Amino acid sequence: MFDFLEGYDVLGAFWMTVKLTVLSAVGSLVWGTLLASMRVSPVPLMRGFGTAYVNLVRNTPLTVIILFCSAGLADQFGVTLGSEDFKVQGFRLAVLGLVAYTAAFVCEALRSGINTVPLGQAEAARAIGLSFSQTLRLIVLPQAFRAVIGPLANVLIALTKNTTVAAAIGVAEAAYLMKSMIENEAQTLLVGAVFAFGFVVLTLPTGLILGWLGKRLAVKR
Amino acid sequence: MSSVLYDTPGPRAKWRNVAFSVVFFVLLALLLWWLWRAMDDKGQLSSAMWKPFSESEAWTTYLLPGLADTLKAAALAMVIALPLGAVFGIARLSDHRWVRAVSGTVVEFFRAIPVLLLMLFANEFYARSTNVGSADRPLYAVVTGLVLYNAAVLAEIVRAGILSLPRGQTEAAHAIGLRKGQTMSSILLPQAVTAMLPAIVSQLVVIVKDTALGGVMLGFTDLLNSRGTLAANYANVIPSFIVVAAMYIVLNFLLTSFAGWLERYLRRSKRSTGAVLGAEDMEELNPAGTAGTFGAGAGAGGSI
Repeated sequence: MFDFLEGYDVLGAFWMTVKLTVLSAVGSLVWGTLLASMRVSPVPLMRGFGTAYVNLVRNTPLTVIILFCSAGLADQFGVTLGSEDFKVQGFRLAVLGLVAYTAAFVCEALRSGINTVPLGQAEAARAIGLSFSQTLRLIVLPQAFRAVIGPLANVLIALTKNTTVAAAIGVAEAAYLMKSMIENEAQTLLVGAVFAFGFVVLTLPTGLILGWLGKRLAVKR
Repeated sequence: MSSVLYDTPGPRAKWRNVAFSVVFFVLLALLLWWLWRAMDDKGQLSSAMWKPFSESEAWTTYLLPGLADTLKAAALAMVIALPLGAVFGIARLSDHRWVRAVSGTVVEFFRAIPVLLLMLFANEFYARSTNVGSADRPLYAVVTGLVLYNAAVLAEIVRAGILSLPRGQTEAAHAIGLRKGQTMSSILLPQAVTAMLPAIVSQLVVIVKDTALGGVMLGFTDLLNSRGTLAANYANVIPSFIVVAAMYIVLNFLLTSFAGWLERYLRRSKRSTGAVLGAEDMEELNPAGTAGTFGAGAGAGGSI
């Protein structure tokens, strides 16, 4: 029944999806945290930059960003990201696009986490004589991090699904393989089911585990 | 300006902020200057590259028809997905366990898989099993993929909308002798639809963004696809990207602002029960089951 799988590297394609997801997740966490710290900083210019970035990137389709990385950055400006190999280059460009896009959502998730901490917490901390860094380290950030797990899990799941957009610039991940398999094989439904199952396996545990963790650690107010 | 992170700045903090502002401004200016130089070096700022956008041909032949197709696909997807989503959302609140189980499984399944997979599958399905012409097929495939995915998302919005209403509404309806179906159709749904409006408009942004996938992967003649033909014709890749991205951004920004305005308006208005489901709530109402107030919903959604 599953002999149509022969000759195709389905696991390899999903491994590519996982690699895209993990690298983009790490990258967007770093860049998103930087953006979030700009958006909540006391410096108006930094706040303005953060807000502008988030609003511009959030409203642009990911497909446009990723396509721009390939057709614009690589083809027009010669950005090769340190590799002459076309495949490696495509992969890195896809990660770059995914990071640029996902960071805006990471930033918003982090900011909403900080916003869940009531102002009174910081005021009380200052009232008992804690310094700025103590307030941040002992009072605000522990509460904010715990509130942020749920929203970040969401972003991670969406990112996993969004890696399929990399197929638009020829990165050989799951959707790219599915496109050629579904055109060449007779069992349309089975091919679709195999790939759908793969994504359910990738996203469902992430959602369940991080969701459970987020709920367990959330500060009860 | 005071926040949970810092107090209203005193004299020293004000100076520090000014210093940071100056440093950041210099860095930003350097970055912009560098970008400008890079563009200039590659001749991307020459008037020949940008001139097409000041003439009507580029707009009437490429960009506006593309935008029309994008809007058509998004509107069709929303109009078809909304009733489907309502059915599944209500079914997930059913008193019968098997109805809840079946609709819950369907919703979680379609939320867990990428919309691109659904589009690719729909495209192949239409090619093999129906007589939809090859010219119409991309539109059909894009709309089908979007409908399947967004019906599942909208089902969650509908469910959350109904659950966000005060319990007293159901109790009062039962008390005056309405049946289950009557309670749903004449008491809960009308209020829930109002509460859901901002979330639905926000979802429209996600739909508009996802139509671009069809443009690249299925050859659907949307805005992003017509950018390709335009750039091939005028040889202006970078300017065409900038213009098309700006069009998407303006369109989606208008939708987002409208959703925000709608949310504030509904929160202010005194005629409702005050239950409003905004974009922020939708982020809370996440697949991961952290949707505290909205009850358990385990699965994998997350649409950004």
